[in-house]
Amino acid sequence: MRVAWTVPEPVAAGSRDVEATPCPHGPLLVRGADLVRDNEGRAHPVTRPVVAVCACDKSQRMPWCDGTHKVIPKNR
Amino acid sequence: MQLPEERGPLSSGVLGMLGGEAAVDFDALVAAVRGRSEVADVVGDDDFQLAMWVMYELHYLGFEGVAEEWEWDPRLLRVRLALDGVFEADLRRRTDEHVAAALAADGDVPERLFDLTETIDGPSVARFVQREATREHFKEFLVHRSVYHLKESDPASWVIPRISGKPKAALVELLYDEYGAGRPDRLHATMFASGLEACGLEREYGAYLDQVPAYTLAVNNAMSLFGLHRRLRAAAMGHLGAFEATSSLPSRRFVSGIRRLGLPEEVAEYFDEHIEADAVHEQLALRDICAELVRQDPSLERDVFFGAAVCLHLDSAAAEQMIAAWHSGRTSLRVPDLDPEAVA
Repeated sequence: MRVAWTVPEPVAAGSRDVEATPCPHGPLLVRGADLVRDNEGRAHPVTRPVVAVCACDKSQRMPWCDGTHKVIPKNR
Repeated sequence: MQLPEERGPLSSGVLGMLGGEAAVDFDALVAAVRGRSEVADVVGDDDFQLAMWVMYELHYLGFEGVAEEWEWDPRLLRVRLALDGVFEADLRRRTDEHVAAALAADGDVPERLFDLTETIDGPSVARFVQREATREHFKEFLVHRSVYHLKESDPASWVIPRISGKPKAALVELLYDEYGAGRPDRLHATMFASGLEACGLEREYGAYLDQVPAYTLAVNNAMSLFGLHRRLRAAAMGHLGAFEATSSLPSRRFVSGIRRLGLPEEVAEYFDEHIEADAVHEQLALRDICAELVRQDPSLERDVFFGAAVCLHLDSAAAEQMIAAWHSGRTSLRVPDLDPEAVA
């Protein structure tokens, strides 16, 4: 699976590692990150216990998944 | 919340009990419920669904002037268990075919659940709102939804102490987000209340109970049925999974419809939050909760699909009724007293 986004190390020195789990035909579930940087280097703060980071490159609210992957055929 | 108006002999009996009438005949009520099992359609039965909703509500916030002891009154619980049984049988009958097909299909649990959301696919209220709804239609839609969204996620919370390990951690993770992640103003139920208020509607929980029809109550009652019976915990989680997996893309349509209609930002914000939140929640619910539950105990597989199918079936039945009413120029509510001038 091609992941279009870089998941950084947590900004604060926390006790928890960043954990990223790819979902088949879906986003990357990320736990423990404080921010996610998009391709242009902009930092997006993490405000949820888990975030879904877009992995299909088609989301309309990068870097977050907005479900758009569901309307893309799976064999692409 | 005030006790609602009765809708027939069952709800009248239940409301009579709670209102302190001495002469309620509990045995006759139980017999009346059992008689309903011969009725093919309890989902569309206003009297049945209201009686059930009222009894379930005793486990949530309850009613003004109704003694809290009623929650565990054995006479009342006997009536409710009779209702639960008839309702569950109707739901199983309605979804049997889809559940059997999902159990027999290839693929892992999340894959088959995602497929089910595409198989049971009725008319879309989100698409209607996006393209053609009027402000009045949309306000009616909010009224229907208010019965659940003002206690959003509460029925799924009953399941926390009934599961363990990974699915439990994932459920709490999901619910923490639903409940605002520590910020009361971000509680989804509170965000929905703000949206209602901004549209000139009542924000109080239960304010529109008398106006919503049986199918809207049935959507709610199914969640309470699954949440309140430990036996049905897997159905509760299947329901949650299907609900989350059919929320993100429709929420985007709702936002676009809200903007088209020039409705207040507060209501757009509620749906906008769900585009992103539910793109996370659907993965959590299907992969870390449903699939893990089945891995821990394979005998739960059938009920995971049962709960999911019920969510999709009832949602599509409700959508069908709403859209049919609007297309024929009628209100989808029981009492058409919404003031179209009230939208800011």
